[in-house]
Amino acid sequence: MLGVLSAALLLVAAAALFVGSASISPRAVLNAVAGRAAPESVERVVTLSIRLPRIAVAALAGGALAVAGVAFQALTRNPLAEPSVLGVTSGAAFGVVVGQSFGLGPTFLQAAGLTAFAFAGALLAAGAVYLIAAVGRGLSVQTLLLAGVIVGIFFSSAITVVISLLDFNRLGGVIHWLLGNLTPIPPGALGLFALFAVVGFWLVVSHARELNLMALGEETALLLGVGAERLKLTIFVGAALLTASVVAFTGPIGFVGLIVPHALRMLLGSDNRLLVPASLVGGGIFLLLADTVARNVVAPAELSVGVITSLCGAPFFVYLLRTRYRANL
Amino acid sequence: MLVEFRSVSFAYPESAERRARPFALSELSFEIAPGEIVGVIGPNSSGKTTLIRLLTRLLEPAAGEIRLEGAPIRQLTRTDLARRVGVVPQGTLAQVPFNVGDLVLMGRYPHGPGRYFESPRDRTSARAAMEATGVLDLADLPLDRLSGGERQRAVIARALAQEPRLLVLDEPTAYLDLRYQVEVAALLRRLNRERGMAILLVSHDLNLAAEVCDRLLLLAGGRTAATGAPEVVLDESLLASVFGCELIVDKSEATRRPIVRPTWRV
Repeated sequence: MLGVLSAALLLVAAAALFVGSASISPRAVLNAVAGRAAPESVERVVTLSIRLPRIAVAALAGGALAVAGVAFQALTRNPLAEPSVLGVTSGAAFGVVVGQSFGLGPTFLQAAGLTAFAFAGALLAAGAVYLIAAVGRGLSVQTLLLAGVIVGIFFSSAITVVISLLDFNRLGGVIHWLLGNLTPIPPGALGLFALFAVVGFWLVVSHARELNLMALGEETALLLGVGAERLKLTIFVGAALLTASVVAFTGPIGFVGLIVPHALRMLLGSDNRLLVPASLVGGGIFLLLADTVARNVVAPAELSVGVITSLCGAPFFVYLLRTRYRANL
Repeated sequence: MLVEFRSVSFAYPESAERRARPFALSELSFEIAPGEIVGVIGPNSSGKTTLIRLLTRLLEPAAGEIRLEGAPIRQLTRTDLARRVGVVPQGTLAQVPFNVGDLVLMGRYPHGPGRYFESPRDRTSARAAMEATGVLDLADLPLDRLSGGERQRAVIARALAQEPRLLVLDEPTAYLDLRYQVEVAALLRRLNRERGMAILLVSHDLNLAAEVCDRLLLLAGGRTAATGAPEVVLDESLLASVFGCELIVDKSEATRRPIVRPTWRV
């Protein structure tokens, strides 16, 4: 199944190279990929410097968000948990806006700094949600969702405060970023993004078997030999890092961590050892498709990919809430 | 000895409950020999579940020591402990999206915590555990499709897959109807007879404990009220004073074990 998904990702990525607002023929795209186009030609610049990096960012961001979704769902034993629903995305976005207000941008070192701000914001938000929701017995569906909404609203308001203090020239860029955009990023920063995503993915996937045991309840997992406290901290850090790196490099993009894991669970079941790697690939496919739609549906203008994922995700969330998890509310 | 409790005391953190009764368990000493079935009985809040939580290190004793095969349990890692003690917790299994086979394989975790997937040896052991509990035919069924009795047998199979020296069961028949209660009792006796497995059974059901156990430990207010063979511990006047109600103790015609019947007068 993982092979099929990987092949699908390659296919979608290859197809995305040929689609865009600039009208370039398929032959010209092939020439650019094969290195036969002139160095400064439009087809070479558009294919290799705009579309290809954007495809890489989409695949990475989608994979990272979907894995973060699986991780938060397993950690909280709540199928509706997801970085944006939990307010973690807003926390990371607040961190980035604060970083941007200090003048941090997309260069290698500044991107690392922005990710650190995003990571701190994500940890703060996730920690706050956990503390609010853990009052009483366990993390019920409704208290966790409410805590996520509260924390999300708080950090959105905090973002508005910081934006209000920014000078007018910088405002446009921040607002564009806040909608979630997969603009191409420099190769150094892209490498850094990939590194953070790999570390976050590794922290989650290397504990996938323990996450299955946590589904039985924390106490039963302890009785089976799982170091539950260390596991929770590791997964918490991994999921926050994945969310933070996506937010720092692309802006807040919602619902990928909800849609992709649920679709894959219908195909593969709930074994996290299959679900986590499949979500990495499946998330990449989903966000690539969403971005291809965002780039072309109102061409020559572009929509933000975050708008597309939210337009798909919000009804999906309502569907899940009203059908599958109604009994838990 | 397989298990030794040596003057173990435990108190829950400061609370209204604690002010009313300072110790959940006080100066508790008892032993379990290899191959023995020991039952822990007593009224509500007598310390039965606290005893299990101490034995499985979900709680740490305030005083005294617990030893497992001669070693203090505080020196064992969580996986060491899980390889020696399999627990069937109280209550119904949480809603989990796995099938029976997946659940039983989870019991193999302490035998290879670093492995991503289970080994062939793990699969053989899980299969044997499912055979022993009669759930092998249900291996591919989701857990939410099982009856209460089938589900309890699946949970016992998961504990057996740990290949423990001691199987601990906390109220294993609490949510089961009569047929499944009999089924679980028969299963425990068979496991003990065929595998020589030691069993610690915590139960409110005095008749189940009398029927299955070699020895009983009667707790009252966190202290040992009596210990010994079921015929000794299930004494009418002793039980009446511990449980605070009138009751009659007869003998089963079939097994000659004690049967406790309340008179329904308080």
